[in-house]
Amino acid sequence: MITFVQHVGRLGLSICTEVGRAGLFLSKSIWRKPRSSQKLHLLAHTLFNSGVLSLPIIIVSGVFIGMVVGLQGFNILNKFSVTSELGQMVALSVVRELGPVVTALLFAGRAGSALTAEIGLMKATEQLDAMEMMGVDPLGRIMLPRLLGGFISVPLLTIIFCAVAIWGGDLIGVKWLGVDGGAFWSNMQNSVDFRLDVVNGLIKSAVFGVVITWMAVYQGAAAVPTAEGISHATTRTVVYSSLLVLGLDFILTAMMMGGW
Amino acid sequence: MSEALVRVENVSFAHNGRTIFDNISLNIEQGKITAIMGPSGTGKTTLLRLLTGQLKPSSGHVYFGEKCINTLSQKELYKIRRKMGMLFQNGALFTHLTVYENVAFPLREHTKLSESMIRDVVLLKLEAVGLRGARDLYPNELSGGMARRVALARAIALDPMLILYDEPFTGQDPILMGVLVKLIKELNDILQLTSIIVSHDVPETASIADYIYVLAGGHVVGAGKPQNLVADDNPHVQQFMHGLADGVVPFHYPARDFMADLLSSGEK
Repeated sequence: MITFVQHVGRLGLSICTEVGRAGLFLSKSIWRKPRSSQKLHLLAHTLFNSGVLSLPIIIVSGVFIGMVVGLQGFNILNKFSVTSELGQMVALSVVRELGPVVTALLFAGRAGSALTAEIGLMKATEQLDAMEMMGVDPLGRIMLPRLLGGFISVPLLTIIFCAVAIWGGDLIGVKWLGVDGGAFWSNMQNSVDFRLDVVNGLIKSAVFGVVITWMAVYQGAAAVPTAEGISHATTRTVVYSSLLVLGLDFILTAMMMGGW
Repeated sequence: MSEALVRVENVSFAHNGRTIFDNISLNIEQGKITAIMGPSGTGKTTLLRLLTGQLKPSSGHVYFGEKCINTLSQKELYKIRRKMGMLFQNGALFTHLTVYENVAFPLREHTKLSESMIRDVVLLKLEAVGLRGARDLYPNELSGGMARRVALARAIALDPMLILYDEPFTGQDPILMGVLVKLIKELNDILQLTSIIVSHDVPETASIADYIYVLAGGHVVGAGKPQNLVADDNPHVQQFMHGLADGVVPFHYPARDFMADLLSSGEK
Protein backbone atom coordinates (compact mmCIF):
# COMPACT_ATOMS: atom_id res chain seq x y z
CA MET A 1 0.00 0.00 0.00
CA ILE A 2 2.80 2.36 1.02
CA THR A 3 4.62 1.52 -2.22
CA PHE A 4 1.49 2.36 -4.21
CA VAL A 5 1.13 5.70 -2.44
CA GLN A 6 4.82 6.41 -3.04
CA HIS A 7 4.38 5.55 -6.71
CA VAL A 8 1.36 7.83 -7.08
CA GLY A 9 3.15 10.61 -5.20
CA ARG A 10 6.23 10.30 -7.38
CA LEU A 11 4.10 10.35 -10.52
CA GLY A 12 2.24 13.42 -9.28
CA LEU A 13 5.48 15.22 -8.47
CA SER A 14 7.02 14.38 -11.84
CA ILE A 15 3.90 15.67 -13.66
CA CYS A 16 4.00 18.89 -11.61
CA THR A 17 7.74 19.30 -12.33
CA GLU A 18 7.22 18.76 -16.05
CA VAL A 19 4.28 21.21 -16.21
CA GLY A 20 6.35 23.75 -14.28
CA ARG A 21 9.31 23.35 -16.64
CA ALA A 22 7.06 23.67 -19.68
CA GLY A 23 5.46 26.79 -18.18
CA LEU A 24 8.83 28.40 -17.48
CA PHE A 25 9.99 27.50 -20.97
CA LEU A 26 6.94 29.18 -22.54
CA SER A 27 7.19 32.29 -20.38
CA LYS A 28 10.93 32.65 -21.07
CA SER A 29 10.46 32.12 -24.81
CA ILE A 30 7.64 34.56 -25.40
CA TRP A 31 9.49 37.42 -23.71
CA ARG A 32 12.55 36.99 -25.93
CA LYS A 33 13.09 39.52 -28.65
CA PRO A 34 14.76 38.50 -31.91
CA ARG A 35 16.48 41.30 -33.81
CA SER A 36 13.78 43.52 -35.31
CA SER A 37 15.14 43.10 -38.83
CA GLN A 38 14.72 39.35 -38.52
CA LYS A 39 11.32 39.22 -36.85
CA LEU A 40 9.23 39.16 -40.00
CA HIS A 41 11.60 36.96 -41.94
CA LEU A 42 11.73 34.29 -39.21
CA LEU A 43 7.99 34.46 -38.61
CA ALA A 44 7.24 34.18 -42.34
CA HIS A 45 9.52 31.16 -42.56
CA THR A 46 7.79 29.32 -39.71
CA LEU A 47 4.33 30.37 -40.94
CA PHE A 48 5.23 28.78 -44.26
CA ASN A 49 6.54 25.58 -42.65
CA SER A 50 3.76 25.16 -40.10
CA GLY A 51 0.85 26.78 -41.92
CA VAL A 52 1.26 26.74 -45.69
CA LEU A 53 2.71 23.25 -45.81
CA SER A 54 -0.24 21.99 -43.70
CA LEU A 55 -2.74 23.39 -46.20
CA PRO A 56 -3.02 20.30 -48.46
CA ILE A 57 -3.95 17.95 -45.61
CA ILE A 58 -6.31 20.55 -44.09
CA ILE A 59 -8.09 21.24 -47.39
CA VAL A 60 -8.45 17.60 -48.41
CA SER A 61 -9.66 16.60 -44.93
CA GLY A 62 -12.02 19.57 -44.82
CA VAL A 63 -13.67 18.69 -48.13
CA PHE A 64 -14.14 15.05 -47.17
CA ILE A 65 -15.45 15.83 -43.69
CA GLY A 66 -17.90 18.36 -45.16
CA MET A 67 -19.03 15.76 -47.70
CA VAL A 68 -19.50 13.08 -45.03
CA VAL A 69 -21.44 15.43 -42.73
CA GLY A 70 -23.57 16.46 -45.74
CA LEU A 71 -24.31 12.87 -46.64
CA GLN A 72 -25.04 11.70 -43.09
CA GLY A 73 -27.06 14.85 -42.36
CA PHE A 74 -29.12 14.45 -45.52
CA ASN A 75 -30.06 10.87 -44.62
CA ILE A 76 -31.16 11.86 -41.11
CA LEU A 77 -32.97 15.04 -42.12
CA ASN A 78 -34.66 13.26 -45.02
CA LYS A 79 -36.51 11.03 -42.50
CA PHE A 80 -38.15 14.14 -41.10
CA SER A 81 -38.48 15.82 -44.53
CA VAL A 82 -36.41 18.80 -43.44
CA THR A 83 -33.47 18.47 -45.83
CA SER A 84 -33.63 22.24 -46.33
CA GLU A 85 -31.98 22.49 -42.87
CA LEU A 86 -28.90 20.68 -44.18
CA GLY A 87 -26.89 23.90 -44.56
CA GLN A 88 -27.52 24.77 -40.92
CA MET A 89 -26.50 21.30 -39.77
CA VAL A 90 -23.29 21.23 -41.79
CA ALA A 91 -22.28 24.76 -40.83
CA LEU A 92 -22.95 24.39 -37.09
CA SER A 93 -21.21 21.00 -36.83
CA VAL A 94 -18.19 22.28 -38.69
CA VAL A 95 -17.86 25.77 -37.20
CA ARG A 96 -18.55 24.78 -33.59
CA GLU A 97 -16.78 21.44 -33.30
CA LEU A 98 -15.31 19.65 -36.27
CA GLY A 99 -13.39 22.61 -37.68
CA PRO A 100 -11.40 23.55 -34.56
CA VAL A 101 -10.92 19.98 -33.29
CA VAL A 102 -10.04 18.20 -36.54
CA THR A 103 -7.77 21.04 -37.67
CA ALA A 104 -5.99 20.91 -34.30
CA LEU A 105 -5.56 17.13 -34.46
CA LEU A 106 -4.26 17.29 -38.02
CA PHE A 107 -1.93 20.18 -37.12
CA ALA A 108 -0.56 18.18 -34.17
CA GLY A 109 0.16 15.23 -36.44
CA ARG A 110 1.55 17.19 -39.37
CA ALA A 111 3.26 20.31 -37.99
CA GLY A 112 3.58 19.52 -34.26
CA SER A 113 5.54 16.34 -34.84
CA ALA A 114 7.74 18.12 -37.40
CA LEU A 115 8.48 20.94 -34.93
CA THR A 116 9.47 18.48 -32.20
CA ALA A 117 11.66 16.42 -34.52
CA GLU A 118 13.35 19.51 -35.97
CA ILE A 119 14.18 21.07 -32.61
CA GLY A 120 15.15 17.71 -31.09
CA LEU A 121 17.53 17.03 -33.94
CA MET A 122 19.02 20.51 -33.65
CA LYS A 123 19.65 19.73 -30.00
CA ALA A 124 21.15 16.30 -30.72
CA THR A 125 23.52 17.71 -33.34
CA GLU A 126 24.62 20.53 -30.99
CA GLN A 127 23.18 23.21 -33.29
CA LEU A 128 21.44 24.87 -30.33
CA ASP A 129 24.69 24.79 -28.32
CA ALA A 130 26.55 26.26 -31.29
CA MET A 131 24.01 29.07 -31.45
CA GLU A 132 24.43 29.78 -27.73
CA MET A 133 28.20 29.78 -28.19
CA MET A 134 27.85 32.44 -30.89
CA GLY A 135 25.96 34.59 -28.42
CA VAL A 136 22.62 33.98 -30.15
CA ASP A 137 19.76 33.03 -27.87
CA PRO A 138 18.00 29.90 -29.24
CA LEU A 139 14.83 30.85 -27.34
CA GLY A 140 14.52 34.04 -29.38
CA ARG A 141 15.96 32.73 -32.64
CA ILE A 142 14.42 29.25 -32.82
CA MET A 143 11.65 28.78 -30.24
CA LEU A 144 9.81 32.12 -30.33
CA PRO A 145 9.18 32.27 -34.11
CA ARG A 146 7.98 28.66 -34.08
CA LEU A 147 5.64 29.32 -31.18
CA LEU A 148 4.19 32.44 -32.83
CA GLY A 149 3.96 30.63 -36.19
CA GLY A 150 1.84 27.90 -34.58
CA PHE A 151 -0.31 30.36 -32.60
CA ILE A 152 -1.17 32.22 -35.82
CA SER A 153 -1.43 29.23 -38.17
CA VAL A 154 -4.02 27.14 -36.33
CA PRO A 155 -6.89 29.70 -36.31
CA LEU A 156 -6.19 30.55 -39.97
CA LEU A 157 -6.14 26.87 -40.93
CA THR A 158 -9.39 26.39 -38.99
CA ILE A 159 -11.08 29.14 -41.03
CA ILE A 160 -9.92 27.50 -44.25
CA PHE A 161 -11.00 24.05 -43.01
CA CYS A 162 -14.49 25.34 -42.15
CA ALA A 163 -14.85 27.09 -45.51
CA VAL A 164 -13.92 24.05 -47.59
CA ALA A 165 -15.95 21.70 -45.35
CA ILE A 166 -19.07 23.81 -45.90
CA TRP A 167 -18.28 23.79 -49.61
CA GLY A 168 -18.00 19.98 -49.39
CA GLY A 169 -21.42 19.85 -47.70
CA ASP A 170 -22.84 22.03 -50.47
CA LEU A 171 -21.25 19.77 -53.09
CA ILE A 172 -23.01 16.71 -51.70
CA GLY A 173 -26.27 18.27 -50.49
CA VAL A 174 -27.04 20.77 -53.23
CA LYS A 175 -25.11 19.57 -56.28
CA TRP A 176 -25.51 15.81 -55.81
CA LEU A 177 -28.56 15.10 -53.62
CA GLY A 178 -30.65 17.98 -54.96
CA VAL A 179 -31.30 20.06 -51.81
CA ASP A 180 -32.43 23.54 -52.78
CA GLY A 181 -29.40 25.84 -52.89
CA GLY A 182 -31.33 28.90 -51.68
CA ALA A 183 -32.68 27.02 -48.64
CA PHE A 184 -29.25 25.51 -47.91
CA TRP A 185 -27.47 28.86 -47.77
CA SER A 186 -30.26 31.02 -46.30
CA ASN A 187 -30.94 28.59 -43.45
CA MET A 188 -27.25 28.50 -42.74
CA GLN A 189 -27.09 32.29 -42.69
CA ASN A 190 -30.08 32.53 -40.36
CA SER A 191 -28.91 29.96 -37.86
CA VAL A 192 -25.18 30.59 -37.56
CA ASP A 193 -24.48 33.33 -35.03
CA PHE A 194 -21.22 35.18 -35.54
CA ARG A 195 -20.45 35.68 -31.85
CA LEU A 196 -21.75 32.38 -30.45
CA ASP A 197 -20.63 30.06 -33.21
CA VAL A 198 -17.88 31.58 -35.36
CA VAL A 199 -16.03 33.52 -32.65
CA ASN A 200 -16.34 30.70 -30.13
CA GLY A 201 -14.97 28.26 -32.71
CA LEU A 202 -12.05 30.57 -33.34
CA ILE A 203 -11.40 30.98 -29.61
CA LYS A 204 -11.22 27.19 -29.36
CA SER A 205 -8.82 26.98 -32.29
CA ALA A 206 -6.61 29.72 -30.82
CA VAL A 207 -6.41 27.81 -27.51
CA PHE A 208 -5.63 24.57 -29.36
CA GLY A 209 -2.95 26.35 -31.41
CA VAL A 210 -1.21 27.59 -28.27
CA VAL A 211 -1.38 24.20 -26.55
CA ILE A 212 -0.16 22.15 -29.53
CA THR A 213 2.68 24.47 -30.48
CA TRP A 214 3.78 24.89 -26.87
CA MET A 215 3.77 21.12 -26.41
CA ALA A 216 5.63 20.51 -29.70
CA VAL A 217 8.34 23.10 -29.15
CA TYR A 218 8.84 22.17 -25.50
CA GLN A 219 9.05 18.45 -26.24
CA GLY A 220 11.68 19.17 -28.90
CA ALA A 221 13.74 21.34 -26.56
CA ALA A 222 13.45 18.84 -23.70
CA ALA A 223 14.08 15.74 -25.84
CA VAL A 224 16.86 13.37 -24.84
CA PRO A 225 19.39 14.06 -27.62
CA THR A 226 19.43 10.55 -29.09
CA ALA A 227 17.52 8.91 -31.96
CA GLU A 228 15.30 7.11 -29.45
CA GLY A 229 14.81 10.26 -27.38
CA ILE A 230 13.64 12.26 -30.39
CA SER A 231 11.32 9.45 -31.46
CA HIS A 232 9.74 9.39 -27.98
CA ALA A 233 9.45 13.18 -27.90
CA THR A 234 7.68 13.21 -31.27
CA THR A 235 5.26 10.53 -30.12
CA ARG A 236 4.61 12.42 -26.88
CA THR A 237 3.84 15.60 -28.82
CA VAL A 238 1.16 13.92 -30.92
CA VAL A 239 -0.36 11.89 -28.07
CA TYR A 240 -0.35 14.61 -25.40
CA SER A 241 -1.51 17.39 -27.68
CA SER A 242 -4.31 15.26 -29.14
CA LEU A 243 -5.52 14.36 -25.65
CA LEU A 244 -5.24 17.96 -24.50
CA VAL A 245 -7.20 19.16 -27.54
CA LEU A 246 -10.03 16.71 -26.86
CA GLY A 247 -10.07 17.45 -23.13
CA LEU A 248 -9.92 21.21 -23.60
CA ASP A 249 -12.62 21.01 -26.27
CA PHE A 250 -15.03 19.57 -23.71
CA ILE A 251 -14.09 22.17 -21.09
CA LEU A 252 -14.36 25.08 -23.54
CA THR A 253 -17.65 23.79 -24.97
CA ALA A 254 -19.08 23.43 -21.46
CA MET A 255 -17.97 26.98 -20.63
CA MET A 256 -19.40 28.39 -23.86
CA MET A 257 -22.69 26.52 -23.50
CA GLY A 258 -22.91 27.71 -19.92
CA GLY A 259 -23.04 31.29 -21.17
CA TRP A 260 -19.42 32.18 -20.52
CA MET B 1 55.31 34.51 -19.28
CA SER B 2 52.43 36.20 -21.11
CA GLU B 3 49.22 37.24 -19.45
CA ALA B 4 46.48 34.68 -18.79
CA LEU B 5 43.33 35.23 -20.88
CA VAL B 6 41.36 32.54 -19.08
CA ARG B 7 41.82 31.60 -15.44
CA VAL B 8 40.19 28.68 -13.71
CA GLU B 9 40.49 29.17 -9.97
CA ASN B 10 39.75 26.37 -7.51
CA VAL B 11 36.85 25.05 -9.55
CA SER B 12 34.86 22.07 -8.38
CA PHE B 13 31.99 20.62 -10.37
CA ALA B 14 29.64 17.75 -9.64
CA HIS B 15 26.92 16.30 -11.83
CA ASN B 16 24.24 13.88 -10.59
CA GLY B 17 26.18 13.44 -7.35
CA ARG B 18 29.39 12.48 -9.18
CA THR B 19 32.39 14.75 -8.70
CA ILE B 20 33.85 15.65 -12.10
CA PHE B 21 36.37 18.26 -10.91
CA ASP B 22 37.75 18.66 -7.46
CA ASN B 23 39.33 22.05 -6.84
CA ILE B 24 41.22 22.43 -10.11
CA SER B 25 43.09 25.55 -11.20
CA LEU B 26 44.66 26.37 -14.54
CA ASN B 27 45.64 29.34 -16.66
CA ILE B 28 45.27 29.76 -20.42
CA GLU B 29 47.89 32.17 -21.67
CA GLN B 30 47.08 34.78 -24.26
CA GLY B 31 48.30 34.05 -27.79
CA LYS B 32 49.24 30.46 -26.98
CA ILE B 33 47.80 27.08 -27.85
CA THR B 34 46.92 25.28 -24.65
CA ALA B 35 45.84 21.66 -24.75
CA ILE B 36 43.64 19.98 -22.19
CA MET B 37 44.19 16.27 -22.39
CA GLY B 38 43.23 13.20 -20.50
CA PRO B 39 41.56 9.84 -20.88
CA SER B 40 37.95 9.63 -22.11
CA GLY B 41 35.41 10.47 -19.43
CA THR B 42 37.66 12.75 -17.40
CA GLY B 43 35.43 15.76 -18.13
CA LYS B 44 37.46 17.58 -20.78
CA THR B 45 34.36 18.70 -22.67
CA THR B 46 32.72 19.58 -19.34
CA LEU B 47 35.69 21.84 -18.64
CA LEU B 48 35.13 23.59 -22.00
CA ARG B 49 31.50 24.11 -21.06
CA LEU B 50 32.59 25.61 -17.74
CA LEU B 51 34.96 27.96 -19.57
CA THR B 52 32.17 29.16 -21.86
CA GLY B 53 29.61 29.52 -19.09
CA GLN B 54 27.31 26.79 -20.43
CA LEU B 55 27.80 25.10 -17.07
CA LYS B 56 28.34 26.74 -13.68
CA PRO B 57 30.90 25.38 -11.22
CA SER B 58 29.74 24.12 -7.82
CA SER B 59 32.50 26.25 -6.32
CA GLY B 60 35.39 28.37 -7.57
CA HIS B 61 35.55 30.87 -10.42
CA VAL B 62 36.28 31.00 -14.13
CA TYR B 63 37.64 34.30 -15.43
CA PHE B 64 37.76 35.48 -19.03
CA GLY B 65 40.03 38.51 -18.88
CA GLU B 66 38.73 40.38 -15.87
CA LYS B 67 35.16 39.06 -16.10
CA CYS B 68 34.04 36.21 -13.88
CA ILE B 69 32.13 33.98 -16.30
CA ASN B 70 30.10 32.11 -13.71
CA THR B 71 28.56 35.23 -12.17
CA LEU B 72 27.57 36.95 -15.40
CA SER B 73 23.94 37.42 -16.38
CA GLN B 74 22.65 35.59 -19.47
CA LYS B 75 22.81 38.81 -21.48
CA GLU B 76 26.41 39.56 -20.47
CA LEU B 77 27.36 35.96 -21.12
CA TYR B 78 25.99 36.11 -24.68
CA LYS B 79 27.92 39.35 -25.18
CA ILE B 80 31.20 37.87 -23.99
CA ARG B 81 30.71 34.72 -26.09
CA ARG B 82 31.01 36.87 -29.20
CA LYS B 83 34.69 37.06 -28.29
CA MET B 84 34.90 33.26 -28.22
CA GLY B 85 34.63 30.77 -31.04
CA MET B 86 34.02 27.11 -30.50
CA LEU B 87 34.60 24.20 -32.82
CA PHE B 88 32.25 21.39 -31.84
CA GLN B 89 33.22 17.77 -32.22
CA ASN B 90 30.84 17.15 -35.14
CA GLY B 91 30.92 20.69 -36.48
CA ALA B 92 27.34 21.54 -35.36
CA LEU B 93 26.63 23.27 -38.67
CA PHE B 94 23.08 24.48 -39.27
CA THR B 95 21.74 21.82 -41.58
CA HIS B 96 19.16 24.07 -43.28
CA LEU B 97 21.81 26.61 -44.34
CA THR B 98 24.49 26.40 -47.02
CA VAL B 99 28.18 26.59 -46.16
CA TYR B 100 28.13 30.29 -47.12
CA GLU B 101 25.09 31.03 -44.94
CA ASN B 102 26.56 29.07 -42.03
CA VAL B 103 29.67 31.25 -42.00
CA ALA B 104 27.59 34.39 -42.57
CA PHE B 105 25.25 33.50 -39.67
CA PRO B 106 27.22 35.12 -36.79
CA LEU B 107 27.96 38.16 -38.97
CA ARG B 108 24.28 38.65 -39.76
CA GLU B 109 23.34 38.18 -36.10
CA HIS B 110 25.89 40.48 -34.53
CA THR B 111 26.92 43.06 -37.09
CA LYS B 112 25.25 45.55 -39.38
CA LEU B 113 27.63 44.90 -42.26
CA SER B 114 26.35 45.36 -45.77
CA GLU B 115 25.70 42.28 -47.87
CA SER B 116 28.80 42.90 -50.00
CA MET B 117 30.96 43.24 -46.89
CA ILE B 118 29.51 40.02 -45.44
CA ARG B 119 30.31 38.30 -48.74
CA ASP B 120 33.93 39.46 -48.58
CA VAL B 121 34.37 38.33 -44.96
CA VAL B 122 32.74 34.94 -45.62
CA LEU B 123 34.91 34.31 -48.68
CA LEU B 124 38.03 35.31 -46.74
CA LYS B 125 37.20 32.90 -43.92
CA LEU B 126 36.34 30.09 -46.33
CA GLU B 127 39.56 30.73 -48.25
CA ALA B 128 41.49 30.41 -44.97
CA VAL B 129 40.11 26.88 -44.49
CA GLY B 130 40.38 26.01 -48.19
CA LEU B 131 36.67 25.64 -48.84
CA ARG B 132 35.76 28.76 -50.83
CA GLY B 133 34.72 26.48 -53.68
CA ALA B 134 32.27 24.59 -51.45
CA ARG B 135 30.25 27.64 -50.44
CA ASP B 136 27.02 26.54 -52.11
CA LEU B 137 26.99 23.06 -50.62
CA TYR B 138 24.75 22.02 -47.73
CA PRO B 139 26.24 20.34 -44.63
CA ASN B 140 24.87 16.93 -45.66
CA GLU B 141 26.97 17.17 -48.83
CA LEU B 142 30.23 17.65 -46.89
CA SER B 143 32.61 15.03 -45.52
CA GLY B 144 33.30 15.03 -41.78
CA GLY B 145 36.61 16.84 -42.25
CA MET B 146 35.09 19.47 -44.54
CA ALA B 147 32.26 20.05 -42.04
CA ARG B 148 34.82 20.70 -39.32
CA ARG B 149 36.71 23.15 -41.52
CA VAL B 150 33.48 25.02 -42.31
CA ALA B 151 32.69 25.07 -38.60
CA LEU B 152 36.17 26.49 -38.03
CA ALA B 153 35.54 29.21 -40.62
CA ARG B 154 32.26 30.03 -38.82
CA ALA B 155 34.00 30.04 -35.43
CA ILE B 156 36.51 32.66 -36.63
CA ALA B 157 33.92 34.72 -38.55
CA LEU B 158 33.70 37.36 -35.82
CA ASP B 159 37.48 37.38 -35.23
CA PRO B 160 37.28 36.04 -31.67
CA MET B 161 39.99 36.40 -29.05
CA LEU B 162 39.67 32.83 -27.91
CA ILE B 163 38.86 29.70 -29.85
CA LEU B 164 37.99 26.38 -28.25
CA TYR B 165 38.37 23.10 -30.09
CA ASP B 166 36.43 20.11 -28.81
CA GLU B 167 38.18 16.93 -29.97
CA PRO B 168 39.12 18.38 -33.38
CA PHE B 169 41.07 15.32 -34.57
CA THR B 170 38.64 12.55 -33.62
CA GLY B 171 37.66 10.28 -36.51
CA GLN B 172 39.80 12.03 -39.14
CA ASP B 173 42.01 10.32 -41.67
CA PRO B 174 45.76 11.13 -41.46
CA ILE B 175 45.61 13.69 -44.29
CA LEU B 176 42.71 15.61 -42.76
CA MET B 177 44.32 15.37 -39.35
CA GLY B 178 47.41 16.99 -40.81
CA VAL B 179 45.26 19.67 -42.45
CA LEU B 180 43.50 20.44 -39.18
CA VAL B 181 46.75 20.52 -37.19
CA LYS B 182 48.22 22.97 -39.71
CA LEU B 183 45.07 25.08 -39.76
CA ILE B 184 44.84 25.37 -35.99
CA LYS B 185 48.49 26.38 -35.72
CA GLU B 186 48.35 28.86 -38.61
CA LEU B 187 45.09 30.47 -37.51
CA ASN B 188 46.42 30.87 -34.00
CA ASP B 189 49.62 32.54 -35.20
CA ILE B 190 48.22 34.65 -38.04
CA LEU B 191 45.06 35.86 -36.31
CA GLN B 192 46.85 36.11 -32.93
CA LEU B 193 44.21 34.03 -31.26
CA THR B 194 44.36 32.14 -28.02
CA SER B 195 43.46 28.50 -28.56
CA ILE B 196 42.31 25.76 -26.25
CA ILE B 197 42.33 22.25 -27.64
CA VAL B 198 40.53 19.50 -25.83
CA SER B 199 41.80 16.21 -27.20
CA HIS B 200 43.14 12.78 -26.46
CA ASP B 201 45.16 12.53 -29.66
CA VAL B 202 48.58 12.89 -28.08
CA PRO B 203 51.03 13.22 -31.03
CA GLU B 204 48.90 15.68 -33.03
CA THR B 205 48.06 17.86 -30.06
CA ALA B 206 51.58 17.78 -28.62
CA SER B 207 52.98 18.85 -32.00
CA ILE B 208 51.26 22.25 -31.89
CA ALA B 209 50.49 22.89 -28.22
CA ASP B 210 52.57 25.39 -26.29
CA TYR B 211 51.36 24.07 -22.97
CA ILE B 212 49.45 20.95 -21.92
CA TYR B 213 47.30 20.19 -18.90
CA VAL B 214 46.59 16.51 -18.26
CA LEU B 215 43.41 15.78 -16.34
CA ALA B 216 42.56 12.55 -14.56
CA GLY B 217 40.20 11.67 -11.73
CA GLY B 218 38.94 15.23 -11.38
CA HIS B 219 42.40 16.71 -10.85
CA VAL B 220 45.13 18.28 -12.94
CA VAL B 221 47.73 15.51 -12.74
CA GLY B 222 50.28 17.05 -15.05
CA ALA B 223 51.06 20.39 -16.63
CA GLY B 224 53.89 21.65 -18.72
CA LYS B 225 55.39 21.98 -22.15
CA PRO B 226 54.86 18.89 -24.36
CA GLN B 227 58.51 17.81 -24.23
CA ASN B 228 58.54 18.07 -20.43
CA LEU B 229 55.34 16.06 -20.05
CA VAL B 230 56.70 13.14 -22.07
CA ALA B 231 59.42 12.79 -19.43
CA ASP B 232 57.08 13.47 -16.46
CA ASP B 233 57.23 10.68 -13.89
CA ASN B 234 53.61 10.98 -12.71
CA PRO B 235 52.06 7.56 -13.47
CA HIS B 236 48.82 9.11 -14.86
CA VAL B 237 50.80 11.34 -17.21
CA GLN B 238 53.11 8.47 -18.19
CA GLN B 239 50.21 6.14 -18.96
CA PHE B 240 48.38 8.76 -21.00
CA MET B 241 51.30 10.26 -22.91
CA HIS B 242 52.63 6.82 -23.85
CA GLY B 243 49.25 5.18 -24.49
CA LEU B 244 49.68 2.27 -22.03
CA ALA B 245 46.66 -0.07 -21.90
CA ASP B 246 46.80 -0.68 -18.15
CA GLY B 247 48.15 1.36 -15.32
CA VAL B 248 46.72 3.78 -12.79
CA VAL B 249 43.76 4.17 -15.10
CA PRO B 250 42.55 0.55 -14.94
CA PHE B 251 41.55 -1.41 -18.03
CA HIS B 252 38.44 -2.76 -16.23
CA TYR B 253 35.43 -0.72 -15.19
CA PRO B 254 34.94 -1.26 -11.42
CA ALA B 255 33.14 -4.58 -10.87
CA ARG B 256 32.91 -7.32 -8.27
CA ASP B 257 35.19 -10.33 -8.32
CA PHE B 258 35.09 -12.07 -11.73
CA MET B 259 34.82 -15.63 -10.30
CA ALA B 260 32.01 -14.64 -7.93
CA ASP B 261 30.22 -12.99 -10.85
CA LEU B 262 30.49 -16.13 -13.01
CA LEU B 263 29.29 -18.43 -10.22
CA SER B 264 26.27 -16.34 -9.26
CA SER B 265 23.18 -17.68 -10.97
CA GLY B 266 19.77 -16.12 -11.52
CA GLU B 267 21.20 -12.62 -11.72
CA LYS B 268 21.87 -10.52 -14.74
